[in-house]
Amino acid sequence: MAANSESDAAIWVREHACEWQALAADSAAAAQRSEATVEEALRTLRAYRILARHLATVRELMPGGVLTAILERTCAQLHTAVNRPPRLTRARWARLFRDDIPAAAASVRVLTLWLAALLVASAMAGWWLINTYPQLISLIASPKMIDGVEHGHLWTYQILSIAPPAMLSARIIENNVMVVLAAFCFGILFGLGAFYIVAFNGLSIGGLLAFTHRHGLGLELLKFTLAHGFVELSVICLAAAAGTALGESVIRPQCATRAESLRRRAAELAPLLLACALLLLGSGLIEGFISPHPAITLAARLAIGLGYWALMLLWLSGRLRIRAARAQVRLTESRH
Amino acid sequence: MAEETLSVRSLTGVEMTLPIAGPGTRCYGFLTDWLIRLLGALIWLLIASLLRLAPGIQGRLDAHTVWVGGIVLALITYFLYQPVAEILTKGRTPGLRTAEARIVTLEGTTPGIGALVIRNVFRLIDCLPIFYVVGLVTCMLTPRRVRLGDIVAGTVMVRTDAAAGPALDRLGAQARRTRLPVEALALVHDLLERWSTLEETRRNELARSLLTKLDGEFAARGAALDGAALRARLEELLGGEQRV
Repeated sequence: MAANSESDAAIWVREHACEWQALAADSAAAAQRSEATVEEALRTLRAYRILARHLATVRELMPGGVLTAILERTCAQLHTAVNRPPRLTRARWARLFRDDIPAAAASVRVLTLWLAALLVASAMAGWWLINTYPQLISLIASPKMIDGVEHGHLWTYQILSIAPPAMLSARIIENNVMVVLAAFCFGILFGLGAFYIVAFNGLSIGGLLAFTHRHGLGLELLKFTLAHGFVELSVICLAAAAGTALGESVIRPQCATRAESLRRRAAELAPLLLACALLLLGSGLIEGFISPHPAITLAARLAIGLGYWALMLLWLSGRLRIRAARAQVRLTESRH
Repeated sequence: MAEETLSVRSLTGVEMTLPIAGPGTRCYGFLTDWLIRLLGALIWLLIASLLRLAPGIQGRLDAHTVWVGGIVLALITYFLYQPVAEILTKGRTPGLRTAEARIVTLEGTTPGIGALVIRNVFRLIDCLPIFYVVGLVTCMLTPRRVRLGDIVAGTVMVRTDAAAGPALDRLGAQARRTRLPVEALALVHDLLERWSTLEETRRNELARSLLTKLDGEFAARGAALDGAALRARLEELLGGEQRV
């Protein structure tokens, strides 16, 4: 029986060895290629099928042998090279912005509203706390900020005199992106991390408003934040909601295992991170170039802030897509 | 209990395994990438410094703006290198290539942009409190040797074997040329593949043992042959030169 199987193996190897050189070359080329023609793709798929078939046969004929190991390693490499996601085409990008991002935002809409409520409640708590115990402002603001406000000027305008707007914007964007990423990532701790970040931000905002209000600068601070604040705070709530959704997927798994549930939810919410980053880029530029500018009026700031916020809401709710589709339909009808 | 391999099923239904990279390989790959991005950031700063000193530039550009631009570019290079490199190379950054590793999904396929972004975003937790302690500890404790970012993104780091393709190529050529039995061919091929990594006395001993069983002439007169001669004789048995 053993002799028989050895001879079968020998015959099989000698018959098929001539194919391995071509298969090895195809496998190496597939691993290196970033793009392939239809002909190359078909040749790679053919090589993949043949290698897998040879692997199955060799496992039967020579289990645990050197040839089995080599074929398995080559086949596994080709498997990774063959199974790759499609290239991001313009249509795929359009679908991401039109469908995937609004869908991800819709899946966390209720959570976002709850977190916005938490932000407002924390801001109110912060206001009450600093109004009642003004000395606690040192927990929220730096001595330099406190000193400036006590002398009648906001720290926001001091920043502009130190750093150029471009640098200021870059720093603001970096800081905001870190807060948003932290709200998303720490949400994995059953949502508690996201709650903490939102509550802390709310408490700081309320406390600073109360403190500046006590020194007659409340309106100045509001004026500074009007142009960028709506979007910035909404994005923090959105990212925190996405983080909380991750935490929820661990607490109440929708799949067979918690890890699988977490993976699936993270994949669904990943487009939302891109949206948050883009929105923060816009609000960072506004905060660096428009908000500190003393010549821009309150009405203009309000118009910019509300306009940008409305654009964000339209995009994330998917209404921008519906309007674009309607416009396309009207255009087609008018052509006919 | 750590798993040594990741079992995946091919499109044809045949199961195969990918060797999982351990913490050592991961650290090696990461540190190589870290050095590259540090170098990239330093190059930007160097360019900014040289531009500030260049006599032709001094009148036209504000020195402060040049310096700020250099810092911004250096920071962008330093912080965005890892995610951008992973996305562009489809999970095979230069550092991971050096460490002979790559990132794959749990199905052994090339990961998509979403998964790569998620695994990079979670570096924020993995790098806590310092020097990736959380990531390293998670990597040591999880069966598939993954950090938190990999768990969330559904990715695994596996070791690649660039030598597998050429080895198959050589084995195919040898199988056609040699008259050795298939099992003996595999053994001789394996010994020659690992020749440079084995200790000299050990590999000579193995070569003698193989040649005694496979080669009648050697049994009679070859006991005194040195390492090079033993290797040459093994290559002759395979029907030609071994190209390693």
